[in-house]
Amino acid sequence: MAERKIIETVDITKIYGMGDISVEALKGVSVDIRAGEFVAIMGPSGSGKSTLMHILGCLSQPTSGVYRLDEEDVSRLDKVQLAAVRNRKLGFIFQAYNLLARTSALQNVSLPLIYDHASPMSAADGDGRAREMLELVGLSDRVNHQPHELSGGQQQRVAIARALINDPVVVIADEPTGNLDTRSGIEIMNLLHKLHERGTTIVMVTHDPKIAAHTQRTIQLIDGLLDNIVHNQVSQVSNPTFEKADAK
Amino acid sequence: MKPSEAVHIAWEAIRKNKIRSLLTMLGIIIGVAAVIIMVAISAGTEATIQEQITSLGSNLVFVQGAFTRGGPGQPPQGGLVYDDAAAIQEGVDGVVSVVVEQFSTETVKAGDIALEDVEILGTTTGFPSVRDMELADGRYFNDQEIERNSKVAILGSSLAEALFGDEGPIGQYVTVSNTKLTVIGVFEEKGLVGNTDFDSRIYIPISVVFQKFTPSFFARIRGDSVRMIYVEVNPEANLDDIITQINLLLVKRHEVTLDTADFTVTTQQDIISTQESTTSAFRSLLAWVAGVSLIVGGIGIMNIMLVSVTERTREIGIRQAVGVTPADIRLQFLTEALMLSVVGGMIGMVVGVGGAYIFGSLSNMRTVVQPASTLLAFGSAAVVGVFFGYYPADQAAQLDPIEALRYE
Repeated sequence: MAERKIIETVDITKIYGMGDISVEALKGVSVDIRAGEFVAIMGPSGSGKSTLMHILGCLSQPTSGVYRLDEEDVSRLDKVQLAAVRNRKLGFIFQAYNLLARTSALQNVSLPLIYDHASPMSAADGDGRAREMLELVGLSDRVNHQPHELSGGQQQRVAIARALINDPVVVIADEPTGNLDTRSGIEIMNLLHKLHERGTTIVMVTHDPKIAAHTQRTIQLIDGLLDNIVHNQVSQVSNPTFEKADAK
Repeated sequence: MKPSEAVHIAWEAIRKNKIRSLLTMLGIIIGVAAVIIMVAISAGTEATIQEQITSLGSNLVFVQGAFTRGGPGQPPQGGLVYDDAAAIQEGVDGVVSVVVEQFSTETVKAGDIALEDVEILGTTTGFPSVRDMELADGRYFNDQEIERNSKVAILGSSLAEALFGDEGPIGQYVTVSNTKLTVIGVFEEKGLVGNTDFDSRIYIPISVVFQKFTPSFFARIRGDSVRMIYVEVNPEANLDDIITQINLLLVKRHEVTLDTADFTVTTQQDIISTQESTTSAFRSLLAWVAGVSLIVGGIGIMNIMLVSVTERTREIGIRQAVGVTPADIRLQFLTEALMLSVVGGMIGMVVGVGGAYIFGSLSNMRTVVQPASTLLAFGSAAVVGVFFGYYPADQAAQLDPIEALRYE
């Protein structure tokens, strides 16, 4: 079934610096990601995968080429418009969790809502929604805990709840298990699979082939160019063998 | 972002750094309090001076001798003499009465008590009226007593207290130098007027001063010299006209020109405007000094806000990732700076108003808290907060999200 394209890049490039010292981080990358997909972006350091992630996450702009997010061309938006796109259409999960310190899980999760100018939500509605999200990630008993009172895995789950609260068209995860021990890493991956099953589109950046193998497709980058796209065997994320395979 | 949200976030940030926030606010607190207290002191001084001056009555002209002493054995040059007063009374239209005064400094004794360097003021019957003095006890001397060189005296309130304590001084004797005087009256307390303490003096008929304390060989030729002539004028009369008449009369009598005049003619109004210009200069100087401390407070806020923005770069990055706009970031940090200055300003108002009252009651300086300058000081604090908070807030707003998220 051909789902609509959530992400469509056409020959995007990114050049840092100017003149002789300029570096071409992306040399023309075209990728399509369809609704409901779980995709990994892989590549060695310097391959341009972080640059691509920043552009897909609307944190920076391509130097040339077109990027359509949710069928809207976002490659020529200004800072303010990009912020609005991030707020309404994107969710981020970072390697270092990036929660606000000394701020409760609930407030961390509801953070994106206070910056929603288009459809502002009342504080009570926002809290209610944040509680739902915390329940979804299995932290309904940690609502008022602050980040330093939570384990790494729990913090990452708070971050996932925050990424979901605005009902994004795509969640961008940057090495989401990178700071976690194996067991917590597995828990987080299971949670991502669960979200995928619920229909969330996920783009995950990783350098770990074992983690990448859990996605439906792996987009590999080398030297700023698309190398190849691997269609992974483990696309049936609800496959009960998944946990066993990982637990080894 | 709703403004209430910005206030909430700013308040949380201030609360999480209590000590630092308080120290930052201290500059503003001191600045606002300083403005309020300084203005209260100068307004109090001004009010006191105004009251003293108006208590003198506004229809007075002061003629003061510009006295130049002669060399040894030479007669003193110039100055006013007793007869000038009479001439003014008769020769100038619109004069109601004239009062003269001359003084000497002597030792005063009563019983066992001796006080040195007491001012002996010889004057005439109109003196209590022109200088607004009330008798607390007894009576004032009359014209007959002046003519007969009666040895009578009226005491200032503090002098009476010093010489006789609780005893009634009326009918008692005081010895001034070698002259024995009968106390016939005591004045009410008057306090300091300008630099003159009216309460520590002794008031006697001017004829006695001429006879006993300032006898001069030259007095026979020139007449007895006096320090000051008070001219009480008809309130309806043209003051400038009277001043001109007095000037012309005295120039003629003293055989001088207006340029070489050995006297000055001033009015109540001259004294008031001199005082006003001095106190208003004093007041604006104080206000400027206090204003500078407000600006220093503002620089403190700017400094801490810059540190705060750097420290919270990562937090800004997180907020940017979830879609905060540059305008919202700017609003958040500007709100924080404004809050520091407004809270500091409010504490400063309390400290300033309280300080002014405490200062006023503990010292003998009068303080009058001026509501307008209090609000102005508070308003300035808020303006300072916005002004010095804008640059750091803008720095925060300009941060690149990727750089901010990478910041360790």
